[in-house]
Amino acid sequence: MRYVILGGGAAAIGCIEGIRAVDASGPITLVGAEPHPFYGRPLISYLLEGKTTREKLLAYRPADYEEKRGVRALRGVRAASVDAEGRTVLLETGEVLPYDRLCLCVGSTPFVPPMEGLDAVREKTSFMTLDDADRLSAMLGDAKDKRALIVGAGLIGLKCAEGILARAASVDVVELADRILPAVLPPEASPIVQKHIEAAGVRFHLGESVKRFEPGVAHLSGGGSLPFDVLVLAVGVRPNTALAESARCRVERGVVVDDHCRTSVEDIYAAGDCTVFPDPDTGALRPLAILPNATMQGETAGRNMAGGRAVYDKAAPMNATGFWGLHMIGAGRYEGEVYRSQSGDATKLLYTKDDRLAGFLLLGDIDRAGIYTALVRERTPLSSIDFELIRETPQLMAFSATERAKKLGGAAQ
Amino acid sequence: MKRVYVDERWCLGCHLCEYYCAFANSGKSSMIKALKDRHIVPRIRIEERNNISFAVSCRHCTDPLCVKSCISGALSVENGAVLIDSDKCVGCCSCIMACPYGALSHSESGVIQKCELCKKNEFGVPQCVQGCPNKAIVYEER
Repeated sequence: MRYVILGGGAAAIGCIEGIRAVDASGPITLVGAEPHPFYGRPLISYLLEGKTTREKLLAYRPADYEEKRGVRALRGVRAASVDAEGRTVLLETGEVLPYDRLCLCVGSTPFVPPMEGLDAVREKTSFMTLDDADRLSAMLGDAKDKRALIVGAGLIGLKCAEGILARAASVDVVELADRILPAVLPPEASPIVQKHIEAAGVRFHLGESVKRFEPGVAHLSGGGSLPFDVLVLAVGVRPNTALAESARCRVERGVVVDDHCRTSVEDIYAAGDCTVFPDPDTGALRPLAILPNATMQGETAGRNMAGGRAVYDKAAPMNATGFWGLHMIGAGRYEGEVYRSQSGDATKLLYTKDDRLAGFLLLGDIDRAGIYTALVRERTPLSSIDFELIRETPQLMAFSATERAKKLGGAAQ
Repeated sequence: MKRVYVDERWCLGCHLCEYYCAFANSGKSSMIKALKDRHIVPRIRIEERNNISFAVSCRHCTDPLCVKSCISGALSVENGAVLIDSDKCVGCCSCIMACPYGALSHSESGVIQKCELCKKNEFGVPQCVQGCPNKAIVYEER
């Protein structure tokens, strides 16, 4: 069996692991558009901040990772199209790769809404890749005299703000929504985090968009204007679907996959940020652009490509992040009945619905948060545990003695 | 692979496992130097309530969600054991988000720590097991 993986991110790593868990020797060819070995994408803000080094960032997997797993990696190479009937991939170099099983792990691309005058802004970048981070670093220089303007107060925009604040004269963030992190935090938590980030020195312009750029100035929808030297575009991302379309896979905003990570076309699988898949709760197609999802979808695809049987039906949104020392972990949906507790600077929000923990958010104190995440992911009936106890603190004590014995004394899961 | 298993029926709630863990990973030559007058941050932790107590540490899952969630490549599986390279860890806490046992925590220095079965310290075998006076914690194949 010949395997081809298009893409070189977390989903591709998962796919390699999945294939090799079933098939020890079938040749794997990986085609990655970026000219770098595997690296942790979310680390680029830590790199700019000086909390990690380029060397460590590029050592996301050991140097001999691909060699040990029989993977031929083509880096800095793009695939041009997929011929599903002939089972070949055409590379932009002209090379043709035959495959028996193909996995699309091609990620997403920053979405840039039309903004008047944007083309004339020279010092601008998105913030998705190591090359973006290098570009931003070069634009900022070392003099701390550049005023940075970030459009978008999502995770990418705000981690970027954290990464560059100490290296810039100022950081302004413009966000169309009336609150920060609208996709990650429940409405009542946004102001808490906003205050914390503002205290660090970032300025927010919420409920606003850039109406027009002039050289060095952004004119906002609310009538104000912001002078800037460096522009970061972090409005959002869109799944890369062109290769799937060339193979005639079903695409609905993203590449549609089922819980086996199969596309609509035989022998073509897909995983990670390029996909949409049926939400386990609602059945509606949705993307889930987070690293754990990419790894697990990739692994599911890989196992199934190699003839195994793997199902991935526990996808849940989840995020762990932090800004200037304020840690936060959230998962699931912020809907249903809310339980809120406040203890010093720590905030806890638990959302229950239909005898389940639908979602949660912990700010400040994130100790053992994964016990809550597991309740969300496993859809644990709250009537089967001591919910009042676990509501106070995440703990295994809240499970039945039988369940505890299984968790702590049973075979490893 | 041998793992640490806990049986709450035998746990006395004495917390010795926590002290042995903290000592074993302290790099200090004696327990007194490592622990006296110090707030310890062990990698195994006792839960207790009413008359029930038990120790919780990394289960070294065969399908470790922490490793799959790690953004820095700090967590890896080596010969079945889940290990952490604290030099690579940036403290993003994705592993804390993912672990269903609540078995990873912040160390004193702020990066993440977890049970590594004492494979990286001078002892080589789990000291929590050695320190348990009632065999409530064992190290064996199951």
